[in-house]
Amino acid sequence: MRGCFDAEAQVANMGSESRSGKLSYVVRFAGDSGDGIQLQGQQFTMASALGGNDLATLPDFPAEIRAPAGTRYGVSAFQIHFGGERITSPGDTPDVLIAFNPAALVVNLPQLEPGALILVDEQAFTEQRLKRADLDRNPLEDSSLATFEVVRIDISRLTEEAVKPFGMGAKDSQRCKNFWALGLMLWMFDQPRDPTVAWIERRFANEALRNANLAALNAGHAYGETAELTRVLAQHPTPAAPLARAEYRTITGAEGVALGLLAAGELADTQVMFCSYPITPASSILHHLADLEDAGVSTFQAEDEIAAICAAIGASYAGRLGVTSSSGPGIALKTEAMGLAVAAELPLIIVNSQRAGPSTGMPTKTEQSDLYQAVYGRNGDTPIPVLATRSPGDCFDTTIEAVRIALRHMTPVMLLTDGYIANASELWPIPDIDHYPPIASTKPTENTEGSVFQRDPSTLGRVWAAPGDRRFVYRVGGIEKDIETGNISYDAANHQAMTDMRAAKVASVADFIPDQVIEQGSPGGLAVVAWGSTYGTLHQAVLESIRAGLDVAQIHLRHLNPLPGNLGELLGRFHTVLVPELNTGQLATLLRDRLLVRVAQLNKVTGQPFTVQEVRQAIQQHARPRLKEVRP
Amino acid sequence: MSEAVRELTFKDYATDQEVRWCPGCGDYSILKAVHRALADAKADPANTVFVSGIGCSSRLPYYVETYGFHTIHGRAPAIATGVKLANPALDVWVITGDGDGLSIGGNHLLHALRRNVNLNILMLNNEIYGLTKGQYSPTSRIGTESPSSPHGSLDTPVQPGLFAIGAGATFIARAVDIDQKGLPVILNEARNHVGAAFVEILQNCIVYNADVFDDVVAKKTAADTQIHVVHGEPLVYGKARDKGLRLNPRTLALEAVTLGVDGVTEADILVHDETNPVLAQLLVTLRAPLPVAMGVIHRRQAPAFDQSFVEHKPAVRRQRVRQLLHKGNILDRR
Repeated sequence: MRGCFDAEAQVANMGSESRSGKLSYVVRFAGDSGDGIQLQGQQFTMASALGGNDLATLPDFPAEIRAPAGTRYGVSAFQIHFGGERITSPGDTPDVLIAFNPAALVVNLPQLEPGALILVDEQAFTEQRLKRADLDRNPLEDSSLATFEVVRIDISRLTEEAVKPFGMGAKDSQRCKNFWALGLMLWMFDQPRDPTVAWIERRFANEALRNANLAALNAGHAYGETAELTRVLAQHPTPAAPLARAEYRTITGAEGVALGLLAAGELADTQVMFCSYPITPASSILHHLADLEDAGVSTFQAEDEIAAICAAIGASYAGRLGVTSSSGPGIALKTEAMGLAVAAELPLIIVNSQRAGPSTGMPTKTEQSDLYQAVYGRNGDTPIPVLATRSPGDCFDTTIEAVRIALRHMTPVMLLTDGYIANASELWPIPDIDHYPPIASTKPTENTEGSVFQRDPSTLGRVWAAPGDRRFVYRVGGIEKDIETGNISYDAANHQAMTDMRAAKVASVADFIPDQVIEQGSPGGLAVVAWGSTYGTLHQAVLESIRAGLDVAQIHLRHLNPLPGNLGELLGRFHTVLVPELNTGQLATLLRDRLLVRVAQLNKVTGQPFTVQEVRQAIQQHARPRLKEVRP
Repeated sequence: MSEAVRELTFKDYATDQEVRWCPGCGDYSILKAVHRALADAKADPANTVFVSGIGCSSRLPYYVETYGFHTIHGRAPAIATGVKLANPALDVWVITGDGDGLSIGGNHLLHALRRNVNLNILMLNNEIYGLTKGQYSPTSRIGTESPSSPHGSLDTPVQPGLFAIGAGATFIARAVDIDQKGLPVILNEARNHVGAAFVEILQNCIVYNADVFDDVVAKKTAADTQIHVVHGEPLVYGKARDKGLRLNPRTLALEAVTLGVDGVTEADILVHDETNPVLAQLLVTLRAPLPVAMGVIHRRQAPAFDQSFVEHKPAVRRQRVRQLLHKGNILDRR
C-alpha cells in the first residue's frame, strides 16, 4: 500500500522547502520510563499525520514498567521522522532531542550530529540526578555539548505553574510535563493541537486532571510563541507530504495485524478465534482485538502459550479460523502443537512478534532471529508456510495473505513480525475492503460428499468439515494416518506418501503467490535482499545509493517459505547479493540452502534497527558504479 | 440439525476400528459404558466431540462414532476449550489419564475446571504410565516399584478429586471401570451438568498395575469398601446397609459408625448434600479403612465459561469492518 505516493507531487514539493531548507525532521523524546514519553510520541505522531506529513516512528523503551527514575537503563525514548516527503525510516540522527533528565541526555547523545538542537529540562540537572545517571560533572556546565545548540528550559517549574490552578501539587504536576513539552514541539513544527486536546478530553474523566493536562499542553505551546528564543528555538513548519488521493490514518504493526485478521475473517466469511497469552511485544495485538470483538473475532486469554495455540487448533477443528500470537519464547512452547495442526491438516495462523533472544533476551528490543525457528524449527518433517511483514501498514495485507494460504491449503501459517513493527507507526492509506477478492476455503458445500481427507490436487487442502455436519463425522489426530481414510496407519509406504504430501502441499504455495519483484533499481550489479522490518531503512539506503550513482537494487521478500518461484532466476541476474539482517545470517543461510546462491551478509544484533548510514556503507563496499549505457 | 436422528443403539456408537488395548484392560469396559451412555442419552454423533491427549486412555476417541480429536500430551482440556468456545452447541468430552491430566497437563485441567468450561472430563486413573511401559505416575502410591522407581517411588501422590475441588470444579464424581450399571448413569450426570464435569474412573491396568484398586473394587468386599453417595440420602453403606458416616465435631473428619452400636441411630448419620464443597472435600479424600466415595460427590450451579463467552455477530459485518478500519483520526486527502 505504500506505493500510494504521488511522485509528481513529490517533485513539485522539492521547490517549496521550509525556511530552514529541510523537508523532514527527526525528533527524539527521551525521559524516564514513567515520564509518559511513549504517549507524548504517539500524540505527536497523530498531530503530524493529521497535519499532512508522512512519518515513521521508533519507540525505544526498557522492559521495566517503571524503572528506577534517573538511571541510564531506565531511559525511554520515542523517535519520529516526519515531513513533506516520502518517509520510510525513523531517521538515523535526531535534529531535535528533548531530554527530561541527565540520563536521557547522555544515553542519546551519541546519536546526535553537530548542530542538533537539544532541549533539556534544566531543573532535572541536580547533583543527585546527575549521580543517578553516573555523571561526575554536569554536561550543561562543561564543554561536552559545545557542538550542539542547547536550550535549557525549566520545564518542571513551568509545568508546575501552569497546573497549579487545578490543585496539582509539585509532585503531581511532574506527570503533566510530557504534555508541556509536547505543546512546545507542536508549536515548533506548526502541528495541530486539536487531536491531542480531543484525546485528553476523552481520556481523563477526572476534571482536574483533564484541565491540568490541557493547561500544560497550552502552556508549552504558548511558551514557544512568546519566549525570546527565536534564534535557536524557531518555528519549522513542514510542508504537507505529497500523498496520493486517499483517506489516511496512522497505524502500528499490532493494529495492522488485528485489522488484517478482522478483514480476512470477513473476506473468508469465517469467524476468527484469537487465542493468546500475554508476552512482550506481542500483547498489543490481543489488546486491539479484545477491543474489536463485535466484528467477527473473539479473543481468549489462555493459561499459557501451549493452551493458547491448542485452543486455536480446537477452534479451527470446530470450523473457525484459529489464530495464536506470541514472541520467540512463546513460539518455542507452541512448537509441538504446530506439528499437530500440520498432521491434522487444519488451518491456523501463528503470529510471531520477534524480539531479541536467546531465552528472555531483550523483550522490548527488536531482532529478526526467529527465521530458523519458523522455517526449520519443528520435530519431524513438518513444513509450514512462512510470511514476513515489512512495515506497520504492510501487516494488514500480509495478514490477509497468510489467512488466504492457510484456508486454501489447510495448513498452519507462520506470520513473522517484530517488536519494532508492532510498536512503530506510519501513515496508512485506508484500504477499501471491497477491493480485496474473497478468501476461498475448503469448507464443504451442499454438494460435497465422501471423506474429509479428499484433497484438492493443486493445493492438497483437505475438506474443512466441522462438528455439527452430519455428513462428515470423523476422527483425526497426531498419530500418522492413512492418506485416504484418515485411520491410524503405521504403514511404511503410507508414511512416505504422507510426508511427501505435506512437503508438496507447502511447496505448492509457490504456485499461488506472485513472482518476486525488484523494489527499486535494476538487475546487473548488487542486489540488497532482505525481509521484515528492515524494509524502510533499506529502501532509503538503496535510494540514496542509486542517486549516488551505484549499481544497486532492492529486493524485499514477503514469502520466506516457500520462496517465490522466480527468486533463484532473479538473483542470478545480479553480480552480487547482499543480505542485511538483524540476526547472524538466517536468511543468508536459507537462500544458500534453497537456491545455492553465493551471498554476502550484513548483520547487526544490538536490539536496534539498522541506520541508513550503516547500510549505505555496506552497499558502498559491495556495489560498483553504474555504467553509462554504451550505444554502438 | 434439521434431519431427525434415527434411534441409535449402543453398537451404533462404536467405530469400525479394531480396538487396540491389551486384553483385559479396564478401558474396554469404560468404552462400553461410554457407548451405553451415549445411546441412553440419544446423543447426536454429529454434535458430539471426543477430545483426548496422549496415553492408553486417549486412544478412546478412535473407537467412538462421533467427531473425535486425538491431540497431544496433556493438552486435551485446552483444545476442547477451543472447540467448545468455537461452537458452544457441541457436546464436548475430554478423555484423559492420570499422567496426561495430572502430570504434563495438570495446568490445563486446573484452568478448564476453574473456568467452568462446559466439558465432560473423564480421567481414567490407573495410577501408572501404561503406554510408556509402566513407570510410576503422579497418582501412584508411595513405594510403587516401577522401571523408573526400582526401589519404590518417593513422591506423594496427587488425589484427583481433591485437585478438582481445589480448582473450583462444579461437578466431581467417581466410578469404577467395571461398573457397567453405574458408570453410564454417572457419565450422563456429567453430560447433563452445565459447566466442567470431572469424573475420576478407577481403571485397572492389567499389565503394569494389575489389581491396584482391589482393596476398593474387589467384588467380595466392595459393599464395605465403597460408599455410593446420593444427594439427599444418608451416607450409609455395607452389605447389610448398617454402616454409616458421621461427622466427628472434634476432629472435623468423617468417621465410620454402625447403626445400633453405641446408641448410634439413623439421625446420627450425615445426609449427602452434593452442593456442599466442605462435605465434598471430606468425601473425596476418604480412604481405607473408611469406604471410598463413589457417585456424584459434588455438584453446584455456576455460570459456564462458554455461556458468558458471548459471540457478537454484527448484522452487517463488512460495514463494521469498514468502520473499524476508519477508527480514530482520519486525514482526508481524497
